[in-house]
Parts: sequence; structure tokens; C-alpha cells
Amino acid sequence: MPESNRGFSAYFRRDLLLAYRRRGEVASPIIFFVMVATLIPLGITPEADSLKELAPGTIWVMALLATLLSAEGLFVSDYKDGSLEQLLISPNMLVMPIFGKVTAHWITTGLPLTLASPLIGLMLSLPSVAYLPMMAGLALGTGCLSFLAAIGAALTVSLQKGSLLLTLIVMPLYMPIIIFGSAVMQYSIDGMAWSGPLAILGAMLAVAIALCPLAIAAVLRLITIN
Amino acid sequence: MVNSSLLTVNDLRFERDDIPVINGACLTLNVGEILQIEGPNGSGKTTLLRILTTALQPSGGEILYRGQILSECRFDYLSNILFLGHQSALKLTLTAEENLSWTTSELPGSVSIMEALEQVGLRGYSDVPCHKLSEGQQRRVALARLLVTNAEVWFLDEPFSALDKQGVQFVEQCMERHIKGGGAVMLTTHQPIGMEPVRRYSLVGSSVGGGF
Amino acid sequence: MNWTWFYRMGSPLWFYQSTSRWLPLLSLVTLVLLVAGLAWGLGFAPEDAKQGNSFRIIYLHVPASFLALAGYFLMATAGAIGLIWKMKLSYIVMKCAAPIGAALTFLALFTGAVWGKPTWGSYWVWDARITSMLILLFLYFGVLALQYAFHNQEAGNKASAVLALVGTVNIPIIYKSVDWWFTLHQPSTIKLTSAPSMHPDMFQPLLVMILAFYFFYALALILAVRVEILKRESKTTWVRELVEQASRQKIGAK
Repeated sequence: MPESNRGFSAYFRRDLLLAYRRRGEVASPIIFFVMVATLIPLGITPEADSLKELAPGTIWVMALLATLLSAEGLFVSDYKDGSLEQLLISPNMLVMPIFGKVTAHWITTGLPLTLASPLIGLMLSLPSVAYLPMMAGLALGTGCLSFLAAIGAALTVSLQKGSLLLTLIVMPLYMPIIIFGSAVMQYSIDGMAWSGPLAILGAMLAVAIALCPLAIAAVLRLITIN
Repeated sequence: MVNSSLLTVNDLRFERDDIPVINGACLTLNVGEILQIEGPNGSGKTTLLRILTTALQPSGGEILYRGQILSECRFDYLSNILFLGHQSALKLTLTAEENLSWTTSELPGSVSIMEALEQVGLRGYSDVPCHKLSEGQQRRVALARLLVTNAEVWFLDEPFSALDKQGVQFVEQCMERHIKGGGAVMLTTHQPIGMEPVRRYSLVGSSVGGGF
Repeated sequence: MNWTWFYRMGSPLWFYQSTSRWLPLLSLVTLVLLVAGLAWGLGFAPEDAKQGNSFRIIYLHVPASFLALAGYFLMATAGAIGLIWKMKLSYIVMKCAAPIGAALTFLALFTGAVWGKPTWGSYWVWDARITSMLILLFLYFGVLALQYAFHNQEAGNKASAVLALVGTVNIPIIYKSVDWWFTLHQPSTIKLTSAPSMHPDMFQPLLVMILAFYFFYALALILAVRVEILKRESKTTWVRELVEQASRQKIGAK
């Protein structure tokens, strides 16, 4: 499938290049991530034991919010400048460019979040055994988050104020990911085998990769141009 | 006549929220022809182009490409059309060259991107980010696509907006070269076109029929 | 195979006329079932050995929870039919099912909270079922918000239909994971998930109430759809004739 491969890499590379040109914007989710981590001890307690308890949930809630913050831009700029319309009328399959765009989104949000997470772990007194499971879980889980957020971004692409609505419609879909993501960390803190919930996260990512681009393609075809 | 018809549209209808926008449009586009879609604001000119470029689904009617129903030759058709809309599909943070290179793949028989930029008068601007160009210059970058494509049917939505006299002349030259090379153009514009032959099709009360 | 019946069903006029015939009977059955079920459940069913009279709220809580979930699937199915066959009526059904379903979900949560206070001493506990219900309410909110965010009605219909379908794929995953999460965190004092086997005297009125709620749901949906049809078709001749006829009857009565 040389045609569809070109669709993937063309949009993957283009979106990465666009992100590279706006490096400042790409950094904002990470800065957000770190800032909220500073607020937690200030707002609750600086005590290491309590922070350790809160760390898994906090880290995952922040990762979720950071992904959502950046998701709005996935299709909106393409919609506004007309390149989304050009994509819709290109002869190639729509699925591969979308897959490329979402992958680029993950590389510019999920991956940096995963890499920055040890820093947050440090700030929240996370036990050292939990670092590896945290990063593994985040790497898989943020992938799911990106794909689901992309559905929301496609649904709200033509709306004036889509960002809040995007959060509203995607958040309920995030519940399983946050449950299993923080369970991976909790298991490792409690000294249990954490491969089970991690495997479930992996399975959810596989399903998301298979189904979400199809759903996004359908949504973009149905409601982008009216 | 039948063989030279690239695009045939029969009784095309489109409704938006149950309100008819296009009501039974019938038209043909032949090889070597420029068809100007006319009509006041809101008469469905852009909608018509969007249906013909398959961005919108019609509510009824049929579209034939070289005598074949569109849904049966979708890939073939879409590989052979070019659409320039109101929005220029430019990424402002990318340079002119980058913008052209991802929308168009370098094709045999078409001009290279650098040559195209030179022809639209943007020599030396190829590595300047588009947000540093003026609006007219950005428009020219978008129009440079006309040179690097080998599409057969061009759909141009208001191609002359934000262009100076030279720019308008350039677009007209491109269209002339294109139709002489066996292509066809369908465009919407409010400006009179200074070239021949242009056939007109009016969208007001489009049930009246074709523009012959 | 002859499909005309299927397309005829998609016509708002056909729906309006055929429901007009059935509406009085449906209203009567709903009323009888509701009154009978409520009287039986609240007045005659025996008191619960442990919970006393407070258990009687299940006669509202359980049917409302049933219909809340069933309503979501109905809404998603209607949306899917709309997307596939481009049927106008089916989008109208989807649009009308969303607020009714959201209201029932809220009723289920509210009655659950009222029930929870005397039983566990707290209005809210993070029980698996209650949490799932809350997420279901959020899913309904999403569909509703998306529907009304679009100026273009068709786009709103399509968008919320897709969202409802995405939600349908996710509901089993959400329910399973919330269930799993609950077993992970379950405090020993609260146990709600294992329903004790009910005495038939308590169970029979519950069955009547569930049936009554199904009828009530159908009635509410049909009425809402009829109003929506009249709104959308207000410019067609058959609605105008209907309005004229109604006003003539009013004058005649005076």
C-alpha cells in the first residue's frame, strides 16, 4: 500500500514539523503537568506519606488534562486554513493520514509527559519501585488518550468554542484508562505484579488504534463541510 | 461531444436542514472549456463545487465523470481533480516550499516547486515562513499549485480574490494553458474574466437548465 | 424483499398518524400500571426485615436504572439507523431519547442517594453501580451538549449519533473497569453489589413497576417525538391542516 503509507508519513512528518516550529506551544502541556504537581503539596500536605498515597491518581488525572488541553488543535487549524478539506478530497484513504496525525500528537504530548513523569514522581515522593510501571503505563495510556481525544476533536472541529465541549464528551470515555493506569502504579507500590493492568492498557491501546481512526474518518467526512 | 464531456451533472439537488440550496442543477463540463458558475451570494456556488469535489454528499441527482458514475471511479476521479478554495490551505509556520511539497507530490511532466515559485513571482521567498508574506503573496503560493499539478479538472473558488492585476493575469494564463492542454476549469468569481472562451452557468433558479 | 414498509416508517407523517390512534390506549395502560405498581409496592408489599420501609424506594430506583441504560442503547440504535439509512425520523427519536434518558439516570442517582442515607448513613458512596450510573449521566450530557452545539441541525444529528455509538462501544468497558476498580478498593463495610434474594411478595410489585416504566418511557418518547415532528414540519401542509382543524374545533366548542 504505497499510497496509504505516503498518507501516513506525509501527515505524520508535517504535523511534527509544525509542532517543531511552535516549540513553545508544545512545551505548555508539560509545564502544566509540572505546575499542577506543585499545587498538590501546597493544597493538601507536604508530608511524604500522604503524597505517596495520592501520587498515582494525581499523575494520571494531570496526564489526562494535559492531553485534553492540546487535543483541540488536532484538527481545528487544518479546518480553518482549508487543508482539512483538501485532505477530505484526496484520493487516498483518510484513515492513514489521521493515524499519522494522531501519532504525531502522541509524540508531542504523551511521549514528553511520559518522559517528564519521573520528575513529578520525585515531587510527589513516589517510591522508586513505581517509576518503571508509571512510565510504561503512561506510554501506553497516553496513546489511548490521544486517540480518544482525537474523536472528540473531530466531532467539535467545526464549532466556535469546541474546547470545553471536547473535554465534556471525551472525559467519560477516559474512565477505564485512568482506572487501569493508576492501578499499574498502585500494584507496584503495594508490591504486587503489575503486568495485568498494564496488559489491559496495552489491549485498550490496540483496540483504540484499530477503531478510532475509522471513527474519526467517518466523523470528518460526515460533519466537517456543511 | 459525448466523448469530450469530462463531467456531466444531472438534476443535482442539495438540501441543508430540509431547505433546498441547489435545486436540480444540470450542467456539463467539456475538455478545453472554462465554465464560470454565476449567482448571487448564497446561491450555492461554493456548495456546488464542494459537491463536485466530493467534500459534500448531494441529496439527489447524478454526477458522471467521463460517462461513469462518480462513486464507481472515485479514486480515478479524485486523482485527476484540483480544488482551490476560499481558504488557501497554507500552513503559516511552514515555508512556501514546504507548503507546496506536502500538498502536491512531484509529478513527472509538471514544473518543479522552485520553478513554480519563480513563475508566481516569489523567487527567493521559498524558505521564508508564510506568515511573513503578505496576503497577496500567500495567495500566490496557493496559486503556485496550479503549476505543479497535472490534474485534469480544476475547481477554483474565487481564484481572483486578494490578487493584483498581475496575479489575475497569471491565473488567466494558467487556465488558458490548462485548457489548451486538454484540461477543463470550473470556477466561481464575481469579476468579469478577460479571456475567451468562457461559458457561463447561472445558479439562480437553476431548474431552468443548462447554460448553452 | 419489499422494503417500502421500512421507508414508510421513516416518514414523520406516518408516525404521527399511527401514534395518534394508539396514544389513548397507551396512556391508559401506563397510568394503570403505574398506579397499581406504586400502590402495591408502597402500600401492600411487606416491610423489609433489615431496612424497614426505606427499601420501598427500589420500586422507583430499580426501574429507573433499567430504563436509563436501555434508553442509551435505544438512542444509539436510533442514531445508527439515522446514519446508515439517512432516516429523519430516527434522528428525531435519538434527539428526544437523550433528555428522557438523562432524566431517568438522574432519577436513579437521586433515589439511590435518598436510599443510601438511611441504609449506609451517607448520601453518596463510591459503589461500582452508582459510579457507573454517574458516568452514564456524563455520557448523556455529552450527547445532549453536542446535539445543541451545532447551528446546523443535520451536523448536530450526525455528530451526536456518532458520539452515542462511541459511547455504546465504551459502556461495557467502562462498566467492567469500574466493577474491577471497586473490587480493588472495596471497603469492607459497604456491600451493595450482591443483591439479597427477594421475597416474591416484594419482587412481584417490582416487576409491575419495571413494566410500568417501560410503558412510561415509550409514552414519554412518543409524545416528545410528536412535538418535535410538529416543530420541524410546521411549514408542511398536513401540519397546517391539523392546526386549522384544531382551531376550528375550539371555536365550535365555544
